Amino acid sequence: MMRSNITLYVILIIIALGVVTAQHKARKLYSESERLQAVAAEYETEYEQLQIEQSTWATHSRVEEMATKQLKMEVPNPNQIQVIVLDGAGQ
Amino acid sequence: MGRVNNMQFSHQQNSAHQQPRDTTLPVWRRRVLLLGLLIGFMVLVGQSIYLQSTKKEFLQKQGGDRYIRTLSLQADRGKITDRNGVILAGSSPVGSVWANPSVVKMDAKQKVALAKLLKIKTATLNKKLSNKKREFVYIKRRIAPSLANEVKALKIKGVHLEREYKRFYPAGNMVSHVVGFTGVDGDGQEGVELIRNAELTGKVGQRRVIKDRAGHIVEELEVVSEPRDGKELALSIDRRIQYLVFRELSKSVAKYKAKAASAVVLDAKTGEVLAMVNLPTYNPNNPVNSRGKTRNRALTDVFEPGSTMKPVTAAAAMEFGGYAPTTKVKTAPGYMMVGSATIHDTHDYAELTVSEVVKKSSNVGSAKIALSLDKKKLWNVFNALGFGEKTHIEFPGEVSGKVRDYKTWRPIEQATMSYGHGISVTLLQLARAYTVFTNDGELKPVSLTRLDKAPVGEQVFSAEVANNVKDMLELVVQAGGTGTNAQVAGYRVGGKTGTAHKLGSNGYEKDKYVGSFVGLAPASNPRLIMAVMIDEPTTGQYYGGTVAAPVFSAVMSEVLRLLAVPQDAPNTNVVKPAEPIADVQEVV
Repeated sequence: MMRSNITLYVILIIIALGVVTAQHKARKLYSESERLQAVAAEYETEYEQLQIEQSTWATHSRVEEMATKQLKMEVPNPNQIQVIVLDGAGQ
Repeated sequence: MGRVNNMQFSHQQNSAHQQPRDTTLPVWRRRVLLLGLLIGFMVLVGQSIYLQSTKKEFLQKQGGDRYIRTLSLQADRGKITDRNGVILAGSSPVGSVWANPSVVKMDAKQKVALAKLLKIKTATLNKKLSNKKREFVYIKRRIAPSLANEVKALKIKGVHLEREYKRFYPAGNMVSHVVGFTGVDGDGQEGVELIRNAELTGKVGQRRVIKDRAGHIVEELEVVSEPRDGKELALSIDRRIQYLVFRELSKSVAKYKAKAASAVVLDAKTGEVLAMVNLPTYNPNNPVNSRGKTRNRALTDVFEPGSTMKPVTAAAAMEFGGYAPTTKVKTAPGYMMVGSATIHDTHDYAELTVSEVVKKSSNVGSAKIALSLDKKKLWNVFNALGFGEKTHIEFPGEVSGKVRDYKTWRPIEQATMSYGHGISVTLLQLARAYTVFTNDGELKPVSLTRLDKAPVGEQVFSAEVANNVKDMLELVVQAGGTGTNAQVAGYRVGGKTGTAHKLGSNGYEKDKYVGSFVGLAPASNPRLIMAVMIDEPTTGQYYGGTVAAPVFSAVMSEVLRLLAVPQDAPNTNVVKPAEPIADVQEVV
């Protein structure tokens, strides 16, 4: 009788400690997941920011200006263009 | 049975008799102690019942307040993109500096440093912080993140930073009339930002969590309401086309010193708006001093379309007036009297076919055709083409234009309406009307958002009539027509020029004009429709064929290549006469 009581008591203590550890781990993991979610949100914001930036850099007026001024490119006039007509596909 | 009971009883009695020596204390002491404990328990039970039943909520709340926190979950405003996913409007975080004047503590040096960083006067700063009773005042909103970090580095007590989102418009003034902009609190003020505000706005969520002493979240109790991000919106606009139209329209406005201008490009098959440009324009990233420039003129302003209406008259005549493209109309001697008014042509053409009336833009021919048609049927055509009615595009400030009821038409009105006077339309309505000529007589609804498939429109003309008019439009840009400046190398195109006096408060203004052009390309299988309107050119040139048609030509030659539309003509197809033929309308 006495012995089984002690055994149960020990088991109880072990389980109690287990609960505490599990709870602690859960909280730790939770705060880690919180942190990662915050990081993910941050990346999302940064992604949109970069998209805006890319869109700004890729403004056509800017690209055109660089092409014509820095790279000295120009639009060919029609008589400089040769159109090749494909007669019959797969030949 | 009875025997066993008796035996047990006797045994108990025996054991009681065996221990009388232990009970040396008086019995009452035991009873008093028992009673005391009992009362103590009763009090505890009573108190707990009392707390449970009457003060439960208060106490749970008080307990919760010490570790449960309600946090809001961020919801972002939806992006606005063009049809290819390029961002036209997006949100990006910025810092806002606020202070609690009742606790602010800073020395003179810090104050100067803060004012200098934020580029405000120290006096302004002092004024903002003067009311010590307030607990919240914005010092400056929406500063760059890098600047926010510098403010943070000053470590002034009572001065804080808050994260806010600012809307950015990478395309700037190019597409501002369509996209619009948001106000300081993030709500749409103009354009798509305003009309689709409910969809674009996200819904902030809430959740309850347990926080520990150090402020870390240790457990999430519940999500009170899920956050919902604003919807991403893909417009029908193609930014590349928008830019080309913007560039060419700006050139024309500068060249002819025009007061304003608008242009609309539609997908000829689906009715999607691929570009919509208005000048003057403004910068949506900083919409100050933009008064009068924020109007999307292509939708909010009406004008008299002038000769760009003639193809509609011709189509109506062929649809129910018994006319064919080759039917001859007498236009001699170059003018005609309707009531007390005279309608003029620029030349005396003697006799023209219906095709030539459109090609030469003859007012007399057009008026004669219109006067031979049934009023009600003509009015029905104007209505069916969507004139005098909003386009269902859903845009703030859109107007319907005006087509008078046929019952009130006098002959002179019926005549002038045939060449676009006495009728007012928006540029978008005009462009949309031309979708009948690119869809075998079917009028397509217009859309500002990207569509997956072409919507079904309404049949206004028969396919034969529509294609006949399309052929006439092609004649207009060829030698001898009024729109030769609209020609595009390598492609067959069609269109119609228009020039009209502006309507002032005292009738038509003598020297104020609107030059316009509506065209389609390529003519063999139209992909695009473009309408251009130049308002009050002041350099002396104002014919639609001179001020508006070149914009069409310049834009189309690049856009058709950009969209990889196969050529339907040789590169050497452009044939221009020395002088384009005038087509100004003179009324009354």
